[in-house]
Amino acid sequence: MDLSFSAAEIAFRDDLRGFLAENLPVDLSDKVRSGAELSKADMERWHAILNTRGWLATTWPRDFGGPGWGPVQRHIFEEECCLAYAPRIVPFGLNMLGPVLIKFATPRQQAEYLPRILDGRDWWCQGFSEPGAGSDLASLKTRAVRDGEHYVMNGQKTWTTLGQHANRIFCLVRTATTAKPQAGISFVLVDLDTPGIEMRPIRLIEGGHEVNEVFFTDVRVPIANLIGEENQGWTIAKYLLTHERTNIAGVGFSVQAFEQLKMLAQQPRPDGTRLVDAPLFAARLARIEIDLEAMKITNLRMLADAQKNGAPGPESSMLKIKGTEIRQALDDLARRALGLAAAAFPPTDTDTNTALVSPDHTRIAMKYFNNRKLSIFGGSNEIQRNILSKTMLGL
Amino acid sequence: MNFEPTEERRMLRETLTRFLADHYPIGHRNAVAYTAPFHDPTRWTELVELGILHALAPEAQGGFGGGGFDITTVFESLGNALCPEPVLGTLLAARILGATGGDLGPLLTGSRRYAVALDRSNSVTANETNNRWVLNGRCDVVYGGGTADRLLVATDTGAVFKVYADAVQVTPYGMIDGGGAAMLVLDNTPATLIALNGRPVIQDACDVGALALCAEAVGAMNAGAAMLLEYLKTRQQFGKPIGEFQVLQHRMVNLMTEIEQARSITILAASRLGTDTQSRISSMAKSLIGRTALLVAEELIQMQGGIAMTWDCAASHFAKRLVMIDHQLGDTDRHLQFVANAY
Repeated sequence: MDLSFSAAEIAFRDDLRGFLAENLPVDLSDKVRSGAELSKADMERWHAILNTRGWLATTWPRDFGGPGWGPVQRHIFEEECCLAYAPRIVPFGLNMLGPVLIKFATPRQQAEYLPRILDGRDWWCQGFSEPGAGSDLASLKTRAVRDGEHYVMNGQKTWTTLGQHANRIFCLVRTATTAKPQAGISFVLVDLDTPGIEMRPIRLIEGGHEVNEVFFTDVRVPIANLIGEENQGWTIAKYLLTHERTNIAGVGFSVQAFEQLKMLAQQPRPDGTRLVDAPLFAARLARIEIDLEAMKITNLRMLADAQKNGAPGPESSMLKIKGTEIRQALDDLARRALGLAAAAFPPTDTDTNTALVSPDHTRIAMKYFNNRKLSIFGGSNEIQRNILSKTMLGL
Repeated sequence: MNFEPTEERRMLRETLTRFLADHYPIGHRNAVAYTAPFHDPTRWTELVELGILHALAPEAQGGFGGGGFDITTVFESLGNALCPEPVLGTLLAARILGATGGDLGPLLTGSRRYAVALDRSNSVTANETNNRWVLNGRCDVVYGGGTADRLLVATDTGAVFKVYADAVQVTPYGMIDGGGAAMLVLDNTPATLIALNGRPVIQDACDVGALALCAEAVGAMNAGAAMLLEYLKTRQQFGKPIGEFQVLQHRMVNLMTEIEQARSITILAASRLGTDTQSRISSMAKSLIGRTALLVAEELIQMQGGIAMTWDCAASHFAKRLVMIDHQLGDTDRHLQFVANAY
């Protein structure tokens, strides 16, 4: 039993801290700390900085321009970036499509798309969910019918995160009607400039524009844009989702949120008292701290397994469930901690509006509402329980 | 980073697990755990010969362990078999004697048996005349008190004394979760001073005891969960195994998740033994275990339905132990309070 990182891992962490201290722009970390919305330019700027250092495509092997990290290094990277309030790496091209192309695409497709992901020429978004296909993703209905050298695509995708910034979308489409719906799905790449595509914003509960719906009407997609074999899309999607599951516990986010919350609760209020001196609040805070301390170790235990076995096992669904529960509980407590001050509603569609209100405080309620998504996306926590029940318990 | 046990601890675990599986099946366990002296003296001797006590003390004091993970290895195995032997009191006594320069020899060989009376609900006063101390007062619940030769008793002022069990009025009794305790009445009982300002030593012993109870609970929760899972796969209702019902599947997944979290916090507490965060993290662990053990106990009963309400069902005994662990060395709220007080 040894809970500490190796000397090499600590050296890596120190190197990383030095890099972040020197290269993370203060205006970006200030925005992240306050919970302000990041502009497209903000995210691209941070990507470019990481790419210069070779640390952008954290899940890619060296041969394809990644750093070739294992699970532990990736974990350290994610945690340190979190603690430094670095912007989150936008995952769609880098952490989702990239690994899929590396595993399933032809060399020509790899050469065409991977460099464009790294240098930011392409911003990818995800076209998986549909209005009628959420948890039951395999029931998706967007059709792609062969017509010569093209597929003709018709249907609707939804929950397309940051699609407003994207120039390309990777989609699951139905290419065959089979008895088993999983067997008739293909994975295709679509240029968003193609005629017949319309993207519409979806306004979320907290007022923000984070996700979109995408309509496809007779959209002609070259068959050359098929990844892997036709009707192999479900296998590819499952592979992609295991990559989506890295850092699924979000421990770094929780540590960050806990420290902010504790500081807030320890500040003297106008009447001189501190919120942490209220026993019921302190008890709530202590319970979450305990859950979080346990979570950190659970995360490390599964990381050690992943390091040994090469990939995260199905137990990582536990991290998703528990990790999101803790993050949501922290957001809940932070919202309560502010009392009435949490209620103010700032405009959200510009990144300069933070001057109007105290940014550290006013976005907490928004964050609480926005983060209700955590237990829904990436496979809802109920779907995770189904997975665990089947794979881990054999039920 | 490595979560594998050392070779020595793996062997200790395997030896203990095999011994307990062979010699402490649940029927035998229940037969001895609920009848005076509320444990099995033969098995106790055999466990001591296997080195179970030596594993709890460091080499400098005559043992071969004493580290956090030695303690969790022993107690997880005990919990897994629901073993009612009074090992916890021995551990606490070893910790106090070791910290105050006492001789652990007779304790580790099992030739002299110790119990501790440290609970704050006790009321004991000490008086000194002519360099001789006497104790007065009573201690209502002293685990293993009925079979001990020596007792370590804490007074209201935080001093720790050693007394001979035969100089004390000892009333043994059994516990609802098996195993034995005793009520002690001290009436001008001659005593040897171990530590005048004993609070740090008591705190240390309680930290270590909390860790041991956490590991015992992890062992018991795992055993209980395995029984429950087996039941979900075999019990038929509505023409299929009840484990095919999603409502039970999700509850079972929640249990397993919480048990993993409980194991994690126990690992953390074991790793912090002997550091300056020992007390804080052991309190975190004991608080979380208190929550989780109760959940597991109640789900063991509820999800197995009527059968786990019966004495003959092994799970019912695991459930009792899991609930009562929260009564020992501070419950979930007391430890939560301790954690919260640091804010």
